[in-house]
Amino acid sequence: MLTVNRVGIENEKLTKISNVLTDARSIRIKGRSFLALMLSPELPLAEWLARLDDLAGRSAGFFLERPIILDVADLDIDRHQLKALLDELAGRNVRVMGIEGGRPSLFEPGMPPAMRGGRPAPDIEVPAAEPATVETAKPADVRQDVQIARAPASMIVREPVRSGQSVIFPEGDVTVIGSVASGAEVIAGGSVHIYGTLRGRALAGSVGNTGARIFCRRLEAELLAIDGVYKTAEDLAPALRGQAVQLWLEGDSIMAERLN
Amino acid sequence: MAKVVVVTSGKGGVGKTTSSAALGAALAQRNEKTVVVDFDVGLRNLDLVMGAERRVVYDLVNVIQGDAKLTQAVIRDKRLDTLFLLPASQTRDKDSLTPEGVERVINELKQQFDWIICDSPAGIERGATLAMRHADVAVVVTNPEVSSVRDSDRIIGLLDAKTEKAERGERMEKHLLLTRYDALRAERGDMLKVDDVLEILSIPLLGIVPESMDVLKASNIGAPVTLADSRSAPALAYLDAARRLAGETVPMTIPGEKRGFLGKIFGRRAA
Ligand SMILES: Nc1ncnc2c1ncn2[C@@H]1O[C@H](COP(=O)(O)OP(=O)(O)OP(=O)(O)O)[C@@H](O)[C@H]1O
Ligand SMILES: [Mg+2]
Repeated sequence: MLTVNRVGIENEKLTKISNVLTDARSIRIKGRSFLALMLSPELPLAEWLARLDDLAGRSAGFFLERPIILDVADLDIDRHQLKALLDELAGRNVRVMGIEGGRPSLFEPGMPPAMRGGRPAPDIEVPAAEPATVETAKPADVRQDVQIARAPASMIVREPVRSGQSVIFPEGDVTVIGSVASGAEVIAGGSVHIYGTLRGRALAGSVGNTGARIFCRRLEAELLAIDGVYKTAEDLAPALRGQAVQLWLEGDSIMAERLN
Repeated sequence: MAKVVVVTSGKGGVGKTTSSAALGAALAQRNEKTVVVDFDVGLRNLDLVMGAERRVVYDLVNVIQGDAKLTQAVIRDKRLDTLFLLPASQTRDKDSLTPEGVERVINELKQQFDWIICDSPAGIERGATLAMRHADVAVVVTNPEVSSVRDSDRIIGLLDAKTEKAERGERMEKHLLLTRYDALRAERGDMLKVDDVLEILSIPLLGIVPESMDVLKASNIGAPVTLADSRSAPALAYLDAARRLAGETVPMTIPGEKRGFLGKIFGRRAA
């Protein structure tokens, strides 16, 4: 993420804890998110493990070096069975970094910690099965949902974007609470939302995203672009000027309509 | 506590120097010790507008380079003993201003004055950024036309990024001074309306100064317009603006809007 000049940035997760009593040095704790694979075992465990072995056999190293979360919410097992399952997984080089959905009585010291609050992410590509085995050992039986622990990237700018300033955020959406001046620009990898008058330039989907949109409360823009397709002020229908408008891409043309 | 005010605009010729002198004199008339500093090195004007051109011995660059003491360079106004001028050099260019030198001079002025008014050169280069660098408050001078408004917007962005205050994470206090406002032309649509300018720049309004021959007359006799004829329309606008700058609440009038016969009489009597 890059901003030119000063703008408010909301997506930093940075907490500072300072010990007032001792000295001015502080401990910095930063938030960071990783993509973790989520395994949801099913009973009977022996069969589920067999399917897992099948998957692993088809793609050696699929689980290697990936953070794994074990989802036991729908699994009716006790602590001993869970411990046995963890051992089975460890024996296959699947190292579990956390357990989600487990009752407190399931846990004992030395087990991976209980996790909460994960967010779903798009399914990860599972290595394709050999054609011959597609129907018999469909990996879909093994729930291969991937859980992402990261909120969709977005940036909120709480002040007007002034002439000569650029707000550039390839990671996701940009929301401006205020106007974007003539001679200013907002460039987002995702959509652009302007809660004010858009007089300058707005470029959405800047790193290749045909689904990105531009929204503004009042359209007076000098230039609009989505995924590299652009329109200048002169190309805009006069009826859209001064209106609340959303713009999106259909094929190679930018479509626009008034928001009511 | 001394307050450092930068009078700035981006665009040239919009009335920064006129406004610096008029606001400086208006603040000094309130019995607050005020110095107006000319940062327009190479194109100095403030000495002329304040009628001190024949009394300039040393200037800002001499003080910055250590060739003169501040007390030698600062000129006291002949009409108002609370008003002072620190002139710019006409023979140098803006590269003779160093950040360290400017900081030292501003800090020294803060020991002696209530108000330090910095008359910025046009543009967004070194001279303009050094003039705004140490400001507590910015007066953004804008004419009601699109190019001036856009340049002011650019300057507001710099005030929020390149000043000491901004770098400390504090908010710079910014005020809009709309000058050379012509009510007739605004009505005809030849000029932007007050509301349009305020909507675009979204900073609070300090005052609206009408386009007036009185400004030219004042500069011809070498007096800030607030001193030349304190009853003239631009003088009244600047006097009100100075009161607002000092923290008073003064109702805003748009020049040219009919106040009515009685309003005019009472307005005069109160002044
Ligand atoms: N309210 C006004 N009515 C009429 N003329 C004005 C008014 N304000 C300023 N002027 C005239 O406009 C011209 C430019 O004003 P001034 O020198 O104050 O602008 P400036 O912003 O300091 O210019 P520069 O950028 O060159 O330093 C001068 O001739 C001045 O007399
Ligand atoms: Mg000037």
